[in-house]
Amino acid sequence: MSISSETERCGAQAPAPGRKGSGGSARPASRRAGKTSAGNEPFAVRHYSPEVLREALRKMLLIRRFEEGAEDSYMRGLIHGTMHLSIGQEASAVGACLELTDQDKITSTHRGHGHCIAKGADVGRMFAEFFGKESGYCRGRGGSMHIADVDKGNLGANGIVGGGIPIAVGAALSAKRLKTGTVVTSFFGDGAVNEGSFHESLNMAAIWKLPVIFICENNHYGMSTSVERSTAVRQVSDRAAAYSMPGVTVDGNDLSAVAEACHGAIERARAGEGPSLIESVTYRWRGHSKSDRNRYRSKDEIDAWIARDPIRRFAGLLSEHGILSEEGFARMETEVAEQIAAAIAFAKESPDPDTAALTRDVYTTQTESVG
Amino acid sequence: MTAPAAVLDSPLRELSYAEAIRDALAIALAEDERVVLMGEDIGVYGGAFQVSGDLVHRFGEERVIDTPISELGGAGMAVGAALTGLRPIYEFQFSDFATLAMEQIVNQAAKLRFMLGGAVSVPLVMRFPAGSGTGAAAQHSQSLEAWFGHVPGLKVVQAATPYDAKGLLLAALDDPDPVMLFEHKLLYKTKGPVPEGRYTVPIGKAEVCRTGSNVTIVATAIMVHRALEAAEVLAQEGIDAEVIDLRTVRPMDRETVVASVAKTSRLVVAYEGVRTLGIGAEVSASIVESEAFDYLDAPIVRLGGAEAPIPYNPELEKAAVPQVADILSAVRGVVRGTR
Repeated sequence: MSISSETERCGAQAPAPGRKGSGGSARPASRRAGKTSAGNEPFAVRHYSPEVLREALRKMLLIRRFEEGAEDSYMRGLIHGTMHLSIGQEASAVGACLELTDQDKITSTHRGHGHCIAKGADVGRMFAEFFGKESGYCRGRGGSMHIADVDKGNLGANGIVGGGIPIAVGAALSAKRLKTGTVVTSFFGDGAVNEGSFHESLNMAAIWKLPVIFICENNHYGMSTSVERSTAVRQVSDRAAAYSMPGVTVDGNDLSAVAEACHGAIERARAGEGPSLIESVTYRWRGHSKSDRNRYRSKDEIDAWIARDPIRRFAGLLSEHGILSEEGFARMETEVAEQIAAAIAFAKESPDPDTAALTRDVYTTQTESVG
Repeated sequence: MTAPAAVLDSPLRELSYAEAIRDALAIALAEDERVVLMGEDIGVYGGAFQVSGDLVHRFGEERVIDTPISELGGAGMAVGAALTGLRPIYEFQFSDFATLAMEQIVNQAAKLRFMLGGAVSVPLVMRFPAGSGTGAAAQHSQSLEAWFGHVPGLKVVQAATPYDAKGLLLAALDDPDPVMLFEHKLLYKTKGPVPEGRYTVPIGKAEVCRTGSNVTIVATAIMVHRALEAAEVLAQEGIDAEVIDLRTVRPMDRETVVASVAKTSRLVVAYEGVRTLGIGAEVSASIVESEAFDYLDAPIVRLGGAEAPIPYNPELEKAAVPQVADILSAVRGVVRGTR
């Protein structure tokens, strides 16, 4: 990947296909997300230090290479089961986590590798988990779909669509009652917005003004069923109006736009003003899971989205603003590649769990051997 | 019992089962700021069965939280709160409504600790008003405790007396894992001695309520009272029944049951949930898989709910779950071999 070949500009280009404008009740700051005029610096450049921006790019790259490594490992038979890759969605995960501290919580989804890395997870322990090893984040008990890093505030991916949303509301209730000053970001996909848990959760967070940022990563398909075929509203952010909270739709492949929308929502949450709904429009380049034969979308559509690569776009932005040189990017690529290779090696060398410890952690205090 | 001496010495008041639970909730709220109650109409209304009563006035709306009618969201919120430092006690208005929240209970609360390799605990207490006998028909009268007992990661408790209702609730709050408390609705107004102050009744421990030598009756919740009533009648007939209150469905206290049957050689299990694939089968299995099998002098009898939804008509409703007469008949059968 080279940043000099970057032609597509962050900022003034058209929003994602099929999506226009922003949500009805958006706050003014968020309304401009992704629509900065050519004369203005993008939010990210204005708002964050070069170090933060370079780190954001490095994390996006780390997510990409991690998932490519996971895919390769799967092909080699090192990974059991299935996995859901978020390649193409990196700006959404990193942009949303940019301002979160380790004390702030997230709840994630079955497509949660990016969120986990964006929140600060160690890729060695992630690979170890995928390989089912004792050194993995879940001691090999959870795998890709339950990857979590509680010390960094990631309460976990979730195998159930919409499963993490009410949990995020509960974590926000804790934050409010215990006065921790922390916020909770709940990631979910477009498929989750037709689950009851989504509606119940947004309503409760709104009536109690809980510090939650609801982020719908709209990648256009719930497995094979498109948003157009499954969802009555024109855009997911329209649903915010039903729960009297700000709703905004942003270009989820534009890190600056995601970060800007989240910045406003996080400030609002920390100020005790309640939740926000952000629809981050993006696209998964890969299939839903390893069994997907891509019968529901065209190669042209996929190619059009690959051309909107969020990493190339953000790298281009940093280059344009003199924040990252060609050599700096090349060095970053090398470092990330080395980090991934070391992580895979660590995971391969790690021991498997002891089958005698099968019932470990079913209960906190192991008082029973059987039901 | 793990009641401190000071508690045991305190005057024994007669409290109803509902009052005993409220007493436990008040103690929990007073001694731990992290405790919050959540549920539908538990605030000024006082709860559908008046269990929370006046607690909202004593502890405020921030800690006695009226939720919208959103069982899935409410249960999930309780899970999330438990994961992050609160000690939520979530009340389902009727246990039947847990059907709307099974995702959060079964997939999340029960499994999070395991799925995350022990990185978290879910110290969650859920209360379920359960059982028939109120004329509320099929969607407000079920006994679904065995469903929950089938899920590793959950603990499932059924108190039969006000004393146990209070002590088991406080034990559930001390427990780091999700504990499901099934409360039979017909028991809410029953009275019994309840000490003041904090004490706990251990989860996972059955109680021998009446010792006997001819037959063991293992019962849960309201069936404990029916079994004790039957035992008095049987005593007149020269049948000495031992009555065991299982108290916890999961983890089940098999040792107490096995020891009893090894002594009496006969077993009747009485429970209100549907007879098939239920608590009776599990208790029976504890016997046939143990040394007590060799002592059995008669086939085991399971007395459970009918293979039908709970009906509305009062006579049909009674017929749908074991009554004292059913226990009498079953015990006479296993003791005299007339069944």
